[in-house]
Amino acid sequence: MNPDWILGLCGGVMIGLAASAFLLLNGRIMGASGLVGGLVDGSGRGNAAERATFVATLIAVPALLVAAGLGAASDPVAGLGTLVLAGLLVGFGTRMGNGCTSGHGVCGISRFSLRGIVATLVYIATGIIAVLVGRMVGLHA
Amino acid sequence: MSRLLAAALAGGLFGAGLLVSGMTDPAKVQGFLDIFGNWDPTLAFVMGGAILPMLAAWRIAARRRISVIDAMPLPERPDPVIDRRLLGGAALFGVGWGLSGLCPGPAMASLGFGGLPVWAFFLAMLVGMAIYGRVKA
Repeated sequence: MNPDWILGLCGGVMIGLAASAFLLLNGRIMGASGLVGGLVDGSGRGNAAERATFVATLIAVPALLVAAGLGAASDPVAGLGTLVLAGLLVGFGTRMGNGCTSGHGVCGISRFSLRGIVATLVYIATGIIAVLVGRMVGLHA
Repeated sequence: MSRLLAAALAGGLFGAGLLVSGMTDPAKVQGFLDIFGNWDPTLAFVMGGAILPMLAAWRIAARRRISVIDAMPLPERPDPVIDRRLLGGAALFGVGWGLSGLCPGPAMASLGFGGLPVWAFFLAMLVGMAIYGRVKA
């Protein structure tokens, strides 16, 4: 089997264990967009410290691993203008649709949530179209 | 264990998992969505690997009903409502995800080493979140 797939599976299990710990210990859904979004629009004021702590280690641990040579930094696949447009769409869309790859994908699908499954199918479908169109107009190689 | 310690553990393990799995590399994420080009199935293995422990966690959650720390009620199953908000939001998110190869978790996990491009995406994402908060209000 391709080593990338094995690393993907191992990293995936780590992500699932993180989501399991957050669910069973703290009683919360591990959704990246929801956790940071609640800090942005104030809806998460009641548990801001918990959200900020989660985000802080989410940023710090991979940074430390890469600095220690235990992981590779990666290159962007789009120019700054495209990244800003994409960021706006991801921020607006995940708040409007109430979730992203971690909340709807990991936590929703594993619960057989209809909303999570439908959202995941929709964002994968529009993601495929965006990559296809982006390639046709030369946004990425 | 305190809530904050548990949140730190979950955030750190999530970030490490994203790095190990290759999902902090936008080229691999875009490769998964590039089904008409050079398709890279890694993301499917990541998603599958992440869902496995969560299948068990939801079973335990259904029995326990309350969290280990502070005995809080565990999240209830949302009403299975498929509305325009869910569909439209997921559709917009997918377009941004495809264009950049970044979604919120991996974007934050690569802030420490991704430099200006990742920061530009991340700050724009926060602005997008704030704009939706205003539009909704």
